Amino acid sequence: MDVTGLAPLLALLAPLLGAAGVVLLRHRTPARELCGVVAGIAQLGLVATMVPAVRDGGTVSFTLSTFLPEASIALRADALGVVLAGTAAVLWVLTTVYAMGYFGTTHDPALTRFYAFFCLTMAATIGVAFSANLITMYLFYEALTVITYPLVTHTGTPEAARGGRRYLAYQLGSGIAFLLPAIVLTYIEAGTFDFVRGGIFGSDAGGALLVIVYVFYLLGIAKAALMPVHSWLPAAMVAPVPVSALLHAVAVVNVGVFCVLRVVLDVFGTDLVARLRLGVLTLVVASATILLASLYALRLDNLKAILAYSTIGQLSYMILGMALLSPGGRTGAVLHLVGHSFSKITLFFAVGSIYAASHRALASELGGIGRQMRWTMAAFAIGALSIVGLPPTVGFIAKYFLFVGAVEAGQWAVLVVLSVSTLLSAAYYLRILRSALFDAPLAVTAGGSGDASGLLRTPIVAESGALVVGPMLVTATVTLLLGVAPGLVLDLVRVSSG
Amino acid sequence: MSEITAAEQAGFPILSMLMLLPVVTMVALGFMRQGRALRRVALAGAVAVLGLSLLLTAGFQKGIAGFQFAEQVPWVESMGLSYHLAVDGVSVLFVPLTALLVVVVMLSSWTAVRYQPKAYLMAVLAFETAAIGVFIAVDLILFFVFWELMLIPTYVLIKVWGDGPQRGRAAMRYVLSMLFGSAALLAGFILLGVSYRSAPGSGGALSFDLVALMDSPVPLGTQTAVFFLLAFAFALKAPMFPFHAWLPAALLEGPIGMAVFLAGLKMGVFGFVRFVLPLVPEAFAAWSWLVAVLGIAAVLYGALIALVQSDLRRLLAFASVSHVGLAMLGLSSLNAPGLQGALFLIVNLGLVSTAMLLVAGFVQQRVGSSDLAALGGLAQRTPALATFALIACLGAVTLPGTSGFPGEFLVLLGAFRAHGWPAAIAVTTVILAAAYVLVFFEHAFHGRIRSTVVETVTDLRPRETVTASILGIAIVAFGFFPAALLTYSSASVDDLVGRLNPASSVAVGD
Repeated sequence: MDVTGLAPLLALLAPLLGAAGVVLLRHRTPARELCGVVAGIAQLGLVATMVPAVRDGGTVSFTLSTFLPEASIALRADALGVVLAGTAAVLWVLTTVYAMGYFGTTHDPALTRFYAFFCLTMAATIGVAFSANLITMYLFYEALTVITYPLVTHTGTPEAARGGRRYLAYQLGSGIAFLLPAIVLTYIEAGTFDFVRGGIFGSDAGGALLVIVYVFYLLGIAKAALMPVHSWLPAAMVAPVPVSALLHAVAVVNVGVFCVLRVVLDVFGTDLVARLRLGVLTLVVASATILLASLYALRLDNLKAILAYSTIGQLSYMILGMALLSPGGRTGAVLHLVGHSFSKITLFFAVGSIYAASHRALASELGGIGRQMRWTMAAFAIGALSIVGLPPTVGFIAKYFLFVGAVEAGQWAVLVVLSVSTLLSAAYYLRILRSALFDAPLAVTAGGSGDASGLLRTPIVAESGALVVGPMLVTATVTLLLGVAPGLVLDLVRVSSG
Repeated sequence: MSEITAAEQAGFPILSMLMLLPVVTMVALGFMRQGRALRRVALAGAVAVLGLSLLLTAGFQKGIAGFQFAEQVPWVESMGLSYHLAVDGVSVLFVPLTALLVVVVMLSSWTAVRYQPKAYLMAVLAFETAAIGVFIAVDLILFFVFWELMLIPTYVLIKVWGDGPQRGRAAMRYVLSMLFGSAALLAGFILLGVSYRSAPGSGGALSFDLVALMDSPVPLGTQTAVFFLLAFAFALKAPMFPFHAWLPAALLEGPIGMAVFLAGLKMGVFGFVRFVLPLVPEAFAAWSWLVAVLGIAAVLYGALIALVQSDLRRLLAFASVSHVGLAMLGLSSLNAPGLQGALFLIVNLGLVSTAMLLVAGFVQQRVGSSDLAALGGLAQRTPALATFALIACLGAVTLPGTSGFPGEFLVLLGAFRAHGWPAAIAVTTVILAAAYVLVFFEHAFHGRIRSTVVETVTDLRPRETVTASILGIAIVAFGFFPAALLTYSSASVDDLVGRLNPASSVAVGD
């Protein structure tokens, strides 16, 4: 059923109030941090209230402001929006708790800025998730870029400034140069900005212009990190781990993929995408991105960089699933959006935990760390298995649907791509796992391992604190849980991609 | 064109009061001695004007294309002149905008202006009277009188209170440039008034009344001549590329207060919408390609030059040229989104460029320079100022969520419909705007602290915070609720579009 309600607006306001609270309580820690947690729980509750309304394909709408007869700033929660918003809200709460453990609770003003912008990031994410039309989506999409900029440059080093500049240039540049024109062209062709399941162009629409518009969308939505507009993502790796977790699992990249899904499902419609043969075009781009990103990740040693390229590849899995246009593919795409969020954030949490405990950031330095940081490496292993796509994790279920989708669509080449990329990602994740779990602990000595004196010392690395380990174990558990009982979310996922 | 009188609508001559209240305040100031009370009285007067102007917008009937709150008293009947004031959807918003900017200027100069504060405040108030007069006069000659009146306080403000060493030269350059335009403007107006004599129903009399002229067609030959005369005058004032040379000088040398008016009140663009579009619609439609070409050139030129400026004020001057180009491109598209977008864009420019100039002023007061080379790391010491600066920058970048976006978006929509790809590509060069403003922000506020002065600067004081919040909130609020402004102008814009496209007037507003 389609109803008008305040819930989408309130879900948007909750993080805004949270940000205000963070600033007001800037001298009182940990009240400052808890502000974010409370706002996140409130937001999650509000999103949850909308589940009954959207579960059978309904929507909850609220119009904020109208500025052309046919253009407004309007919110409308549907199943797809609720999936994105719900995932983001859960992970926001966990990441805030994790950040408390990672940064410690000091009065550092930089941390006030961090938590405040963290809240604002959630507001923008919710805004995109619940946007009813292209204008609203664009508004919050660009807002997200600007809001995350201070998070990327958090450390304030020249390196961070360089990375931040690149991040901003890519995001704003592609948004203004491609996304905005695409939206205007859409309006000129379709006469509306509003999302409608099945598409807004007439049934006889077609022609080169629409192909251009579609390509503009793919280039403009740089947050989805399709090649060649992916390189902002590795650049943003200068950020501290909680930010990377947020960018790569919760907010930014999910918003990117979400916008692509919206464009395919609710602007073009799967029929038109199929008729213009744009599905195949997207498959080619996504496949290339998957393979190139996986190959590149193989050559890297920096853990965060590996995760960054892994993310680029995984995002393209989602886009690939959608571009298959078959029911299985679409279900797989949305399920992977959820599953990848939990799995990848687990990996980031683990990498952050390792860095905080031992200051190690390279894969080659992890030898034997599994014996010293048991919980961290256990979580890492679950996240890695899920990304590779092995049971009993949610990654496996998502990949299963993608395989089914490829068969349904008769895209045999996609099966090959999926298989090869699974092998590649197995190669770089299992390499890390093997070294961490089975290699001898990294020894530090003046003379190296061949030192005749035999004075090998193993630095003592202790497991991280509860605030770091706790959220990590929760996300790892969810990764497993959704792998064992995907039925928990599958209905909602099917409705949102149907 | 019908009009509603002030007697019917408000019961008192609200527009005359708006225009005269600053004069009354000025006279009151004249009798006072130098001292603190001076500023309070001036501010009270300015706030009263702002309150009255908000009353005007509250009483304004949206959805009507005609003039409202009209007052008309015969002046020189033999020449067809009358004291005729009125507002419509095109002009009504500029009255509160002007009043707001005057309040902001007074607040921002509270401690900054130490030399002859009484004379300074009187000059600002004189400017306010003339500026409000420009926006509400609907008699061509009366408009011209206000238009010329503005020159005197502007000249004095730049010459006496300017910040730069070359201020005298900049002031003279401004006045001389404007006088060129004025001559053309007067010639154009007289041509219109004379041509009215041969219009049906005029009875052979002269008229300079906008309402009367709008209903009498002008032959195309006359239209073209009038178009070029008026366009020259307004392009010079806007300033529109390539007539912009006076603006960077005036902004750099003049005081922040005057810069706010010069960069924030785009009277040239207003003049186009007020007079050129309704009075010579066929000529404007015929030459709209030229306006579009100059507009696109201005967008590109302004943005590119702004990119290499190291001084915030010069940067703003060229950004302003770029934005005016965008507004002109909107007008040249001859459709409702284009016109609405242009009007919204110049209202936004009033808010955003004022905010940016305030930032420049705040920085200058603290660091002693608005040159980027001396700045860096300001955000560490002044988080409130940095936040305000960021909002202003985002508005200038026309980022969604700020008041810059709706105008830019509508112009893009209108221009694409009218001119296709080239215009659309030009509009996307606002991406350059993103580059130059954000580069400025990063240099000034982020990074290492490079000067010892920055180490010890203080953040915004309470009065400054109030000033900054008014603008900051307005910039964000109109970004999310653009309808609050657009509904004022929509009926008048639809009427204008009908005049510009006589054949397709049925499809107005599609």
